[in-house]
Amino acid sequence: MEQPELIPHLFRTEYRKIVSVLYRRFGFDQMETAEDIAADTFVTATQTWPMRGVPPNPVAWLYNVAKNKAKNHLQRDTVFNEKVSLELMHTTSELYEHDIDLSPQNINDSQLQMMFAICHPSIPAEAQIGLSLRILCGFGIDEIAAAFLSNKETINKRLFRAKEKLREGKVKIELPTDTELDERLEPVLRTIYLLFNEGYYSISQNQTLRKELCFEAIRLCYMLVDNQETNKPRVNALLALMLFHASRFEARTGKNGELILYGDQDTSLWDTDLISRGSYFFHRAASGDTLSKYHLEAGIAWWNTQKTDSIEKWESVLQLYNQLLTIEYSPVAALNRTYALSKTRGKEQAIKEAEELKLENYPFYFSLLGDLYTGIDTETARKHLQKALSITKNDADKQAIQNKIDRL
Amino acid sequence: MRHEDGTKIASPEQMQIWMKQTMDWIGGIAAKNKFVSGTGLLFDGAKVVGHGGVVTDGPFGEIKETIGGLIVVKADSVEEAIEFAKGCPVLGGEGNTMEVRRIAKNDGAH
Repeated sequence: MEQPELIPHLFRTEYRKIVSVLYRRFGFDQMETAEDIAADTFVTATQTWPMRGVPPNPVAWLYNVAKNKAKNHLQRDTVFNEKVSLELMHTTSELYEHDIDLSPQNINDSQLQMMFAICHPSIPAEAQIGLSLRILCGFGIDEIAAAFLSNKETINKRLFRAKEKLREGKVKIELPTDTELDERLEPVLRTIYLLFNEGYYSISQNQTLRKELCFEAIRLCYMLVDNQETNKPRVNALLALMLFHASRFEARTGKNGELILYGDQDTSLWDTDLISRGSYFFHRAASGDTLSKYHLEAGIAWWNTQKTDSIEKWESVLQLYNQLLTIEYSPVAALNRTYALSKTRGKEQAIKEAEELKLENYPFYFSLLGDLYTGIDTETARKHLQKALSITKNDADKQAIQNKIDRL
Repeated sequence: MRHEDGTKIASPEQMQIWMKQTMDWIGGIAAKNKFVSGTGLLFDGAKVVGHGGVVTDGPFGEIKETIGGLIVVKADSVEEAIEFAKGCPVLGGEGNTMEVRRIAKNDGAH
């Protein structure tokens, strides 16, 4: 890799590791210090490497510099504390034990612990995603703002408030105990799930960024699966679900970034490697005695990787949505269930149930009604599709709906 | 859900059809965000415990009905709950009935 690309690349992969270890060493009271040291390490690299050449092992170099900067900081702190407080004298030897452990094991542990700290129940969901992107994925403020279609200032404020909460709540950077794990795992999985959805369904037009969000979510979930304590069936189910969906990445957007609907996709573009990886984790998810919503969604996502349009497929999907809705209602699941209903019980039955859903704020509600009326009552179909078009904000979705109207 | 005769034996195929119909019905209620909880009750091992601790097997003497399951919904009115009940596949069996009741709550939400 050429030098100009090397440092941004390393920033993406190594910043999050260094900062997680430093956070754990310094605690949330000194978050800024940890971030400054980590960022400063990369500044030193940009200043030194062009002059002296890229070191043989750039990652080891970065870790060393980060360690030294951290040690210097801790030493300065200690000297200051000694001057103001003599009581600290007897603990001096301990305080000089400043080694910063950047071993793969400690990096991994620190990142996992940070994941649980960030997804603490006291932090609002939206802030959890922002913090995850910043701290666990090493995203810049610019990128986070682009992902949320927001601006730097808003994102900075949101992250600042979230960090305040972490401090005020005295949230500890550690893995929850066995008894707490199940409960604490829930918001962690939800954040990963939302992070993935943010990428998969985002209104942002930046395809590369959207894909990265999805693969970051998958990477975080892999970390949970790789750890014995957090490797629970529903974690595997979530991973399977994301891999199944990600398999259609290449097929779901056209050359000009327009959305290609499921039924119109070139199935030869579906990534069979991701599908088989998803199947592996889906099998691993089939243990224990809890059927989570991730299991059900992974089941639906698996059926979506099957090209057939059989009654068996849609009957299974319908039953999975029936179950999913009893666990957790969501408008999207309600609409998707109705689509499966049309495939199994016919359009008339689906129209009847769809019209009772009353989800007038959702463009997808009207585009579904448009689909259901297509072939039955063209004028009503057109009316619904036009309504959908008028409330859709996303350009790609608008184009997809316009195509449907043109085809009527 | 009240069954006139809970001892009727259904074929596995019939059971599967009923299961699907029931899940479709519940799914329809859940899709409106009106489902709270539900449970089926087995006729197998059903007992009646009477005054003085006398235990007898069901079905249940005077009333020729057994309760086959119950579902809790968030209905805006009794009328809406009745509409939900009308869709229950249990009513496909002659003599079966659905009983609609409000849950006693102080907040008056049900």
